[in-house]
Amino acid sequence: MSTSFDVLMVGIGGQGIILASNILGEACLAEGRSVKGAETHGMAQRGGSVEGHIRIDGKFGPLIPPGSARLIIAFDMLEALRYAHFLAPEGTIVSNSRFVVPTPVYMQGFPVPDEVSLRERLSAWSLCLVDADRIAAEAGSSLSQNVVMIGAASWFLPLEPASLLGAIERLVPRKTIEINRKAFELGRAAGEKCRTGRQGA
Amino acid sequence: MKTQYLLGNEAIAHGCLEAPVDFVTGYPGTPSSEVVDILRAVPGRGYYIEWSVNEKVAFENALSAAWCGLRALCTMKHVGLNVAADPLMTSAYTGVTGGLVIMSADDPFAHSSQNEQDSRCYALFSRLPCLDPSTIQEAHDMVRDAFALSEQFSLPVIFRPTTRICHSKGDTVTGEPVRNTRKGEFHKDPRQYVVIPAHTRILHKKLNEKQPALKKALVEKGYNTAVIRGRRAVVASGIAAAYVQEILPDDVSFIKIGAYPIDEEWLAAQISRHEKVLVVEELHPVVEEAVRQVAGTIPVSGKKNGIVPYEGELSTASVAGIMKSFGIAPREEYPVTSAVADLPPRPPILCAGCMHRPVFYTMRRVFRDGIYPSDIGCYTLGLQLGAVDTTICMGAAVTVASGIAHSGDARDIVATIGDSTFLHSGIPGLLNAVYNGARMILVILDNRITAMTGHQPNPASGVTACGEPSPQVSLEAICRACGVSWVETVDPYDLVSLMATLRAAKDQPGVKVVIARQPCVIMARRANLRRGRFEVDPATCTACGVCIGFGCPAIEKRDDKAFITDLCSGCGVCAQICPAGAIRKESRAEGKR
Repeated sequence: MSTSFDVLMVGIGGQGIILASNILGEACLAEGRSVKGAETHGMAQRGGSVEGHIRIDGKFGPLIPPGSARLIIAFDMLEALRYAHFLAPEGTIVSNSRFVVPTPVYMQGFPVPDEVSLRERLSAWSLCLVDADRIAAEAGSSLSQNVVMIGAASWFLPLEPASLLGAIERLVPRKTIEINRKAFELGRAAGEKCRTGRQGA
Repeated sequence: MKTQYLLGNEAIAHGCLEAPVDFVTGYPGTPSSEVVDILRAVPGRGYYIEWSVNEKVAFENALSAAWCGLRALCTMKHVGLNVAADPLMTSAYTGVTGGLVIMSADDPFAHSSQNEQDSRCYALFSRLPCLDPSTIQEAHDMVRDAFALSEQFSLPVIFRPTTRICHSKGDTVTGEPVRNTRKGEFHKDPRQYVVIPAHTRILHKKLNEKQPALKKALVEKGYNTAVIRGRRAVVASGIAAAYVQEILPDDVSFIKIGAYPIDEEWLAAQISRHEKVLVVEELHPVVEEAVRQVAGTIPVSGKKNGIVPYEGELSTASVAGIMKSFGIAPREEYPVTSAVADLPPRPPILCAGCMHRPVFYTMRRVFRDGIYPSDIGCYTLGLQLGAVDTTICMGAAVTVASGIAHSGDARDIVATIGDSTFLHSGIPGLLNAVYNGARMILVILDNRITAMTGHQPNPASGVTACGEPSPQVSLEAICRACGVSWVETVDPYDLVSLMATLRAAKDQPGVKVVIARQPCVIMARRANLRRGRFEVDPATCTACGVCIGFGCPAIEKRDDKAFITDLCSGCGVCAQICPAGAIRKESRAEGKR
């Protein structure tokens, strides 16, 4: 087991994982903690499966060993399952309850993944599902889903909510600060349900 | 001094500002591109900066700036160094007066590359110094100091970060940017800068004479270090050194190689104090070969006895496994886990509304039996659409096409290349194809930008790296000047014209060029170009699957019928291919969403 608190963020290129990872990194600096991370850049971002590694208190390499992540934040439920083997036995998956069907499924006729079986398979791990699309819309912009997910995951992060919120305010475009503040609070409220062991919406 | 959470490439760019650098060139290539992208966006910068047309051009521009006494940086990905290899090799002879740093970013695991070559081999080959950072902080500090190292030995310095440095992040201590004060001036010295045989033989000797002092300096400067803690040692370089440090037990010695050439005398003295040695590095066994040369009878483990892989990238977890097979218990144990197996893949795909997709779709219909050489760019993803048969290196779509044509294969040969790649190294191939009478079609996929690496401008974009207007080069005029008499330009969203143009090209002799032009859909969105969305009328849709086969990520199946999602950018091509006429422009007024 790593001495760092390892957080794996997974999703689809274009969902804002890089900003989300910057938010965690900035929050670490605000608390005077070391942090290492790694992310996907380049062609893989074109709608492909992407991952962001963040190692809170990390001092050496940026990559999380499989089976060691204390937390997985998934922006897409199918991607949560794809990377679930990175989770440590006592870790938690906080996932968006929605997913995008990969285009090759239709083109090459793979079986279409269905929501019920995805939920069922993910329930093998400690799971917190959040309807990030709906909550982001409620906050004022579907683009704030990444911040909703950070809000929901904040219960499981070894970082103060104030540090996270401060980082969000510094990193998002100025005119979207209000929306993102709301996205964080609504996400945090949605994640609270999971603390008592009950699975969220 | 302040601590920031920086991307490796941001830290490298910051190190250059602290040097300070006076002159920056580069050609985009993952994972190197952000360095120039960051430096070109610095407000009030006092240095010259350009995106060059290719790496050889970038290198020669930077080299001459360093001949004028400036501190110059030239960035590229590892395979770009092949393109720049010609001037690189001889620049070691001529040397420099100002500092010249060549950043050649390696890509172990080929995350976004055509091979896994190791830039350190170029350092050995050229006898130039090479710095190999193991962390982002080191990358920052090394590049900051590399210019002075270059000046000290009058040699260009190769700086070789890897993907997991460039695209990793970490808390990084940075200093203050320094104002540029140097002015370039060229001092004539033919014996230094005119490499005729009589001069170059002397220059070669001088280069070799610099080596012993260079090797010693790299130890003295603390790039190559040894901490002796027991009778067993692990030697590591690059990011592998960080993986080793994370889990190395306290009773094992740690020898870290951060710079080349390695001082053999120093290395021999460290190795000789141990009973057995493990060498951990990514890609080529550069360090391992040096260790084996000085180890004598001391057993050395690494790639050559199968403990460390030659291919791919390492990680803390894989290094833990390597240590165990060598006989060291790592400080951390990692569970063995395996990924869920039966999930549908989610590879990167061309964007909804990408102009490349209708070109590939139409090519496959007009040239059913065609051969499709292609090139390096987003459009390599045309592989998924069955429209990419070869990719080898920048510019090779053109030359592979002419080579196949001359080999006697009678099928239609239809090559695809992007605007930036064509300008990078496609032009000589086209000239050659015309000159030697090849029978082929070249489709230039002209989206006016270098898209895959993050939308860097090129001579077809009409702006420089700094956003200054520049003459927008005419691809048509270039092709005609190469001797192509049949050049047609077409809008790839207009499927009827596209098909007619490709059919017309089929019937022409010699080399034909079709230029398919539409702005990159990501750039169009950023420029606020809105076309309105399309929708499927479920009552008319026959569920035939034609639009699904088109492969647009905005088209899904719902209840067996096609459905267009919010990803639609309004290119309208699917409406033109739908045999039932079920796809139409969304009836809702724009602006409602």
